Amino acid sequence: MSGTAITRPVAGVHPATAGAPELVLELQAVTKVYPGKPPVPALRGVSLQVAAGELVAVLGPSGSGKTTLLHLAGTLDLPTAGTVKVTGLDVSTLGDRQLAGLRASSIGFVFQQFFLAEHQTVLDNVADGLLYAGVGLAQRREQAAEALELVGLGHKLAARPTQLSGGERQRVAIARAIAGQPAIVLADEPTGNLDQATGAAILDLLAQLNHIAGTTIVVVTHDQQVAGRMRRQVRMLDGRIVSDTDTPAPWPGEAAAERIAGWPGQPQGGPQ
Amino acid sequence: MTATLPAARPVSRPAPTAARLRPGDLARLASVGLRTRKLRAALSALGIAIGVAAIVAVLGLSSSSAAGLNAEIAALGTNLLTVQPGQSFTGQNAELPLTAPAMIDRLPGVYQVQSTGATNASVYRSPLIPSVNTNALTVDAATLDLPATAGTSLGQGEYLNAATAREPVVVLGAAAAQLLGIDKVFPGERVWITGTGANGNGGMWLYVAGILNPDVLSPDVDSSVLVGFPFAQQYLSFDGHPTTIYLKAAYGHVNTVYNLLANQADPEDPSGVDVSQPSSALVAQADAKGAFNTLFLGLGAVALLVGAIGVANIMVISVLERRSEIGLRRALGATRGHIRTQFLAEAITLALLGGIAGIITGAAATAIYAQSKGWTTVIPTDAWAGGLGAAILIGALAGLLPAIRAARLSPTEALWSI
Repeated sequence: MSGTAITRPVAGVHPATAGAPELVLELQAVTKVYPGKPPVPALRGVSLQVAAGELVAVLGPSGSGKTTLLHLAGTLDLPTAGTVKVTGLDVSTLGDRQLAGLRASSIGFVFQQFFLAEHQTVLDNVADGLLYAGVGLAQRREQAAEALELVGLGHKLAARPTQLSGGERQRVAIARAIAGQPAIVLADEPTGNLDQATGAAILDLLAQLNHIAGTTIVVVTHDQQVAGRMRRQVRMLDGRIVSDTDTPAPWPGEAAAERIAGWPGQPQGGPQ
Repeated sequence: MTATLPAARPVSRPAPTAARLRPGDLARLASVGLRTRKLRAALSALGIAIGVAAIVAVLGLSSSSAAGLNAEIAALGTNLLTVQPGQSFTGQNAELPLTAPAMIDRLPGVYQVQSTGATNASVYRSPLIPSVNTNALTVDAATLDLPATAGTSLGQGEYLNAATAREPVVVLGAAAAQLLGIDKVFPGERVWITGTGANGNGGMWLYVAGILNPDVLSPDVDSSVLVGFPFAQQYLSFDGHPTTIYLKAAYGHVNTVYNLLANQADPEDPSGVDVSQPSSALVAQADAKGAFNTLFLGLGAVALLVGAIGVANIMVISVLERRSEIGLRRALGATRGHIRTQFLAEAITLALLGGIAGIITGAAATAIYAQSKGWTTVIPTDAWAGGLGAAILIGALAGLLPAIRAARLSPTEALWSI
């Protein structure tokens, strides 16, 4: 993947060119408890801010709450407590239609399993990413072709997903996520189904999209190597953020104290 | 937390709202399930197709047969009127005056006045048949041009003429011939008549001159054995009073003649005269026959119900199978309404395709059968429009529950459940 393929500016403000980048994602003291017996707390007071143009890795072992974080950031689920703001909008104040509209216009998703429709061409798969944004078919295809060009698949518009390799499929999924020039792209284990080399190429692509086009990207992963390629790394454990390279590294003792505070039986939710 | 970013600030913008799906996009979405699972879609639409086809064919066939009968009746003429004695003012059986045919013939617009007169004689295949086995056949005196007026024609042999009307000669109505076991006229063929002689105790052989074709308009003629008026008066103690007068009224005069007939036939006691128009009764009969297929309609409705359950079943399975697609669409910005609309539209499309196939099949079946019977093909608007409407309604009802379930699915559950 050559970096020169990415020339089109994408929505979001490049941090190098803007004095005051806006916050595209803002979580404040977010708690998420899944109902059940006993209730399962997935997030225990998480605060996170992502500004336009950032490339963030959310790293943690399975069960650490990183996928839940992604759901909440993507407005696919609502927090039990705390506030989630996407492009400055508090999601708890929005109804289903507005949340859907927010997802259609401002959020792009990339999934581990790609989720491509086998009966459609690559072009239409990407064009469907704009289906709910109120864009006409001709323009959807035009933007889809542009996005596919951007991820280096401009020559495979008419192919079916089944004819593509895993890496190519993930590129199609990425093209679908960025076709609408969303304010933020959320990627859930984007290299999880790919081998090492293909995964690295996908990460390169994400990095280039971020660096050259200024797309804000949050990658959720359990893979230390994947996270290591990102500019900013947020580590999660047991539903809490234990470190964030964006802030001065927390005192080792402080992190330990937070973990102790999160243990069952301990009072929850100190000042955030 | 955002120390490295200069003066990061949250901004406030108007909340975006979900866009409506364009009709073209909705059509594409509705056909996703059908295009990707063709066999399954075809099988589940089959139930609807069979139901609609049954309904369209039943309604089409009955309308076509009614149309065929009406055409037949129209060909025979709807201007035949009959006059019969009814009940007199005092409640006794009335009698038509001897002069009635001649009187009627004077009415303007009336032509071909013919009559029959019932005798008390009975007819048998041979003298050996027990006298109670009359087969409900009547021996009637008939005028010489009766068949054409009464709506029938000679099947074989000869009709009565001025000479044979005086001789022991009979012409058999179609049903009478069948009941007597006579299907061919040959020289020397005869039937046995009782009720002859002055006291009506005698019997005699009568020669069969001809057999009439079945009479659609006047079934009475079918089940009678016709002899000449002079013969009946001479040998069968017949008093000469006509019991049915057949006449044709010129088109345009039918109603006028109809209204005048009773007075003209029996000016002394018009209330003792029954006037009727056989064709109108037949038309009503034909229409009633067409409307009498509730059993088959019920079967069609059952097939439709089964088809509806099939569509509902397939949609439920479809929703289960396509959870990840639903989750993806939600992530791409589909509202609950979008998902609901998509699956509802898919169910309706499925049922609609089945309905269209059913209408085509039912119409084709009707056309083929009608062609073979020589009827014009009639598919009532009610049948095809109703079939189409029923299909849409069934699709909507069958798809409603699955669509609501699909829309209720939480996006995270749908996406991470595979």
